[in-house]
Amino acid sequence: MTAYILRRLLYAIPILIGVNLLTFVLFFVLNTPDEMARMQLGEKRVTAAAIANWKREHGYDQPLLFNEAAPGLAKVTQTIFFQRSVKLFAFDFGSSDNGRAIGYDISQRMWPSLAIAVPVLLVGLALNVSLALFIVFFRATYLDLGAVVLLVAMMSISGLFYIIGGQFLLSKLFHLVPISGYDTGWNAWKFLILPVIVGFIGGVGSGARWYRTLFLEEVSKDYVRTARAKGLTERRVLFRHILGNALIPILTGVVVVLPLLFMGSLITESFFGIPGLGSYTIDAISNQDFAIVRAMVFLGAVLYILGLILTDISYTLVDPRVRLQ
Amino acid sequence: MRVGAALLALSLALPLAGCGKAPWNDPYPAGEGLTNTLYASFSERPKHLDPVRSYSADEYAFLAQVYEPPLQYQLLLRPYQLAPLSATQVPVAHFIDAQGQALPDTAPAEQIAYSDYLIHVRPGVRFQPHPAFARDGSGAPRYHRLTASDLRGINRLADFPDTGTRELTAADFAHQIKRLAAPWLHSPIAGVMQEHILGFRELGERLAAADTLDPVARVQALREARLDGVEVVDPLTLRIRVIGKYPQFVYWLAMPFFAPMPWEAELFYAQPGMQERNIVLDWYPVGTGPFMLTENNPNLRMVLSRNPNFWGETFPTQGMPGDAAAGLLKDAGRPMPFVDRAIYSLEKEDIPRWNKFVQGYYDSSGISSDAFDQAVRIGGDGGPSLTDEMKSRGIALLTSVETSISYLGFNMLDPVVGGYTEQARLLRRAISIAVDYEEFVSIFANGRGLIAQGPLPPGISGYREGEGGINPYVYQWQDGRPVRRGIEEARALMAQAGYPGGRDAKTGRALSINYEAVATGPDDKSRLAWMRKQFDKLGIELVIRSTDYNRFQEKMQNGTGQVYMWGWNADYPDPENFLFLLYGPNSKAEHQGENASNYDNPEFNALFDRMKYMEDGPARQAVVDQMMAIARRDAPWLWGFYPKGFSLHHQWLFNANPNKMANNTLKYRRVDPVLRDRLRREWNPPILWPLWGLLGLGLVLVLPALWMVRRRERSTAL
Amino acid sequence: MPVMPVILWTDALVFLLLAIGLGFALYASRHEHLRAPWRRVARSRVGMCTLVVLACYCLIGVLDTIHFRLPLADQVSQPAGRQFGPEVLSLLDAWATPLRQRQEKTYSAPFATHLFVKEAITQPDGSVIRDYPPLRYGGQHLKDPSQRGWDIVATALRGLIGGLAVWGSIVAAILWRKARRRGLTLSVMFAQARAARTEVPWRTVLGTLAAMLVLGFVAGTLALKYHILGTDKVGEDVFFQALKSIRTGLVIGTLTTLVMLPAAVLLGIMAGYFRGWVDDIIQYLYTTLNAIPGVLLIAAAILMLQVYMANHAEAFESLVQRADLRLLFLCLILGVTSWTGLCRLLRGEALKLREADYVQASVALGVGHFAILGRHILPNVLHIVMITLVLDFSGLVLAEAVLSYVNIGVDPTMNSWGNMINSARLELARDPVVWWSLAAAFLFMFTLVLAANLFADVVRDAFDPRLRGAR
Repeated sequence: MTAYILRRLLYAIPILIGVNLLTFVLFFVLNTPDEMARMQLGEKRVTAAAIANWKREHGYDQPLLFNEAAPGLAKVTQTIFFQRSVKLFAFDFGSSDNGRAIGYDISQRMWPSLAIAVPVLLVGLALNVSLALFIVFFRATYLDLGAVVLLVAMMSISGLFYIIGGQFLLSKLFHLVPISGYDTGWNAWKFLILPVIVGFIGGVGSGARWYRTLFLEEVSKDYVRTARAKGLTERRVLFRHILGNALIPILTGVVVVLPLLFMGSLITESFFGIPGLGSYTIDAISNQDFAIVRAMVFLGAVLYILGLILTDISYTLVDPRVRLQ
Repeated sequence: MRVGAALLALSLALPLAGCGKAPWNDPYPAGEGLTNTLYASFSERPKHLDPVRSYSADEYAFLAQVYEPPLQYQLLLRPYQLAPLSATQVPVAHFIDAQGQALPDTAPAEQIAYSDYLIHVRPGVRFQPHPAFARDGSGAPRYHRLTASDLRGINRLADFPDTGTRELTAADFAHQIKRLAAPWLHSPIAGVMQEHILGFRELGERLAAADTLDPVARVQALREARLDGVEVVDPLTLRIRVIGKYPQFVYWLAMPFFAPMPWEAELFYAQPGMQERNIVLDWYPVGTGPFMLTENNPNLRMVLSRNPNFWGETFPTQGMPGDAAAGLLKDAGRPMPFVDRAIYSLEKEDIPRWNKFVQGYYDSSGISSDAFDQAVRIGGDGGPSLTDEMKSRGIALLTSVETSISYLGFNMLDPVVGGYTEQARLLRRAISIAVDYEEFVSIFANGRGLIAQGPLPPGISGYREGEGGINPYVYQWQDGRPVRRGIEEARALMAQAGYPGGRDAKTGRALSINYEAVATGPDDKSRLAWMRKQFDKLGIELVIRSTDYNRFQEKMQNGTGQVYMWGWNADYPDPENFLFLLYGPNSKAEHQGENASNYDNPEFNALFDRMKYMEDGPARQAVVDQMMAIARRDAPWLWGFYPKGFSLHHQWLFNANPNKMANNTLKYRRVDPVLRDRLRREWNPPILWPLWGLLGLGLVLVLPALWMVRRRERSTAL
Repeated sequence: MPVMPVILWTDALVFLLLAIGLGFALYASRHEHLRAPWRRVARSRVGMCTLVVLACYCLIGVLDTIHFRLPLADQVSQPAGRQFGPEVLSLLDAWATPLRQRQEKTYSAPFATHLFVKEAITQPDGSVIRDYPPLRYGGQHLKDPSQRGWDIVATALRGLIGGLAVWGSIVAAILWRKARRRGLTLSVMFAQARAARTEVPWRTVLGTLAAMLVLGFVAGTLALKYHILGTDKVGEDVFFQALKSIRTGLVIGTLTTLVMLPAAVLLGIMAGYFRGWVDDIIQYLYTTLNAIPGVLLIAAAILMLQVYMANHAEAFESLVQRADLRLLFLCLILGVTSWTGLCRLLRGEALKLREADYVQASVALGVGHFAILGRHILPNVLHIVMITLVLDFSGLVLAEAVLSYVNIGVDPTMNSWGNMINSARLELARDPVVWWSLAAAFLFMFTLVLAANLFADVVRDAFDPRLRGAR
């Protein structure tokens, strides 16, 4: 087990290097350091000297990937790519192009993202599973058909409509919750109600439907028939046997997304004015702050790989037949 | 889903039921509305709060409340007038010739080698409480030699327990001017000041050597550096020597660039370990102003609190005729500031911001284009008034023409639309007539704009009202107002220019012009479609090349565009600040100036050189008129329009009248928190029937389902 | 009138897609393992009903894909050296010319006769009043605006009759053909279809067709007189915009899968078949791509395209070309972010197939690797490709809307539901609310995505034997 995890971690390194290189290339195809400088220095009265100065100060005056002028190994090391990537692997994100410490900002903005993502995940999981069980209980009736059509219909509505509609109804017409905003600590709860509701409703269509398929797959298996033959009530069969057996795919599905919860949700966060990591990334893209973009991509990649490893581990924990080589 | 809805209704209803009478949708902690606090919003997180670098209105909204430059703009007087702030009076230039001899005030500009400005610092002004001034028992600075262990547990500025203060001296001003020259601080006006302040360029070159030093050493180097043009005469007097004659210099003294900066603060922030904690001067300003920034969380909110050490400026007693009757001088002579705190919340989206304003959670608001009809009704006479809904809430509307211009420019370097031939001029003129800016303003700005007849907006000396001020090439004076010339006339001009029906008479090809657009928002699509429609009237195909703002700037820098839309926001209320946008030596492509059209007419340039040294008066007006006539004839721009600012205020906010030049207006504002709290409760009663309805619906759906479960259970059990 | 055909990049690809679709249909009809599931689809009522809806959308989309330029007005009769206007039109544009050209000044509500906002109107006597000005086109055939209600009903009835007439002839044609083929009389065939005794649920198909035709005709006749879904900020007909958006939605939904397909299929089956280092490289490739947040990749690609177009401005003269290229690029980059899923599925399937006896036998007989891949593996994973294609479609249509919100979607000048929603966001804050753009986008998008989702379900059930008995 330990050896396996270690191997997977080592395997992550080339992936992270690849991600880093790709981000780097993508970003610098778009933005020359000159443009970044102009962006940071403001709009009015920017001189060429000021731009050169800024570039030198932020280490953007070196060649991007390959330094012709430098001797030997320094051809590779004295480049923007090398200088700025190495530190990432030690999780030292440095400071953003406008001078804020990125590590600090991430540690601050992580919590609002989690405050939305975790309730959405938990509420969604609980409600979706119970809803799916409910539907499966009534399988092959008109209730089943109606519920599935309703779920498909809900799935077919763009998430933007839910957000716009939620804000309009709950906040503007009924004055029940604040329209947008955030506060620190426990005061945040009233700002979270709406995003969590919207997040849940937006996801219920696909979520409940997926769980329904999972349960239906189980329902047709032999052990269920045996259980029924024993004379167990339908309810017991559903909750004991089917739910228990379907837990494996449910759990692994959850585990994959766990690490990515940190990354926040881009759309929800910017609509509701929540200062999480999602809006951090969007802002960085629009401000062309390469340092932040790269840090967030790196973090995202690390969490993604973490998710993959966690999934594998959770397989072994849930199902003893699976062994990791 | 149905179960979910019911559960949700429950989960919503239960925790909220205990909240009492306070509105449920209050985005602030309960009871806070009763404090003497002003609530506002900001949409862009400020990039810089160091007065050396900051150069945008968003940042000035905070910065100008904290830092006090020597001068400010008088609140009520028009045209805009300078008034002393941290200086005791508005300085007057003393002219000196090359030999160092004093010259009379009437000396011609060629003789003047230097102008001296003597700034008398207001005595008794003290900085806000700040750890940089804290002293230990022996009187030595307490936090100037911080070690890593001292910084343990410190994440914000407020985590430093001790604070101190110090009286403002002329040296603080001098230090700031030297900071402007420091290459590592990237001041956007360093380039401009090199031209004007004696020895500024040399200082910048000398300081370049210090660039590689560590931050603390750089502060020391800066303190020791000498700037020839700036001299501390005595602790409360500063002399600034400006090269040649530069009457606009006093306006710069009203901008935060020239606010005093204590060296202690700079040294304090430069210490190792501060940058990693984001405790930097760029984020935590140190000033003498009426407020200090006590919470700086640009991801969420910024809080300005009253500066206990404020020197006690009083509300101005002078106003325009009628101001006293309008109640604008009610607070005259009372010490400012009036509010204890101002909370600015981050609000990126227009819709939530507007709704929160209507619900009473922001004290004032601009009006986005789409909320306009909800708030404002344009009366039969064209004057704006509030809708009944707004009136019933006691909201007040204030309007003013901004000191800025939004224009459509031609690139004069372009072989088709540019150039100074009669043909090109006629083409530009035809387009000027065809692009119906009245319609533009009415669709895209809800009529919140004054059609421009030239580059100078009203409120700037040199602006002419009435028939004498119209652009005769595009407008006719009819029935006491300017009327745009007909499209037929434009088509005739096209034919004269050699493009009958929009087709090149020589080649027979349809004329197509590139429009460099910045398209980012959802509104841009309709704007671009509209613009195409305008050019289409002349048979010209408008090719829209839309990019992001950065790319757009680069294109402008290269001078490769054809037609573009841009704007300019005045730095100071002087015609020079607008006309220099058309001054040849200031062209963007060649000299990286602000003349994005690269307009270069020798006659105009010569007149500009004369105009910029003149004092306001009839002589200057005559020169400006001449320049306007030339510019209108050449038509390098479609003059576009001057945006009008509309702002709304709740009845509990006082002294909110707009002053487009002044940024430090928070200190004038007064609120009535009791009234605010009452109205917020009145306006935001939670409406509960949907919840009960949802709950009821849930029950109606769930109960039969439960019953069915039972029945099924029994039937399968059989 | 002579026209100059214009083939945009996405047009070419759409035609290619149609060709592939036809080719696949021919191929499938000759292979029982592919024909059987499709027959199951054809027997499903939901499947056929949604198929009719989808076909209507596709028809509009295809009409909007055939582009051309018209000659300049004064040169139509000129035989040679004719000059063509700069505007690129599609068949749909030409067909809906009245809708396209009847632009009002700004907002007007559905079926309105006056603008939605008050304006200063100069009276004949010179005084200025503030009122709702009459529209330039919408409802201007009415002498008395108070008769609008009756006029709408009358016009709608005319449309209804037209729709039913067309429907009737189509029904007759189809049934007559079927009847002749089976040697039945028309009346027997009709009775069979009505009683739903046919194998293909013709009753459902024709019923849906009736609904679509009637809706289309009623909307069409009304649209000639009114703006049935109102007008937007610059006075463009919202109904027309929604129609134009159909192509955008369809192109994103289908071309994305098309462009990613070769890479996903090739790499996926190669990884599964060859294993070893090939597998390692391909896995590395898709894990790396997957690890980068999609939004960032898309933002980067879109910005990159803009830079490219800015630097090569002369190559992209018309707005339509630029918008088209951006759309294509968006498809490409969405493809890059979404091919990994399919690739992984195919790899798994290929791993299994590789061990199958007939593949082992072919290997033993010395058949070349690529021949095996093409002859044995590829045909056996086609159903997975099929299911993914259908399942991804609706997700991609929805994704377009979200991307437009972050300003990295299709070109802002292009008609798309995302752009409509995006601008409608601001309109919702108006009071009275301008709801029709949002409603139109919602309606059109919802119908398409719902139909696609239901159809996808049917297709999956038909192809995926595991789930067949479950319902």
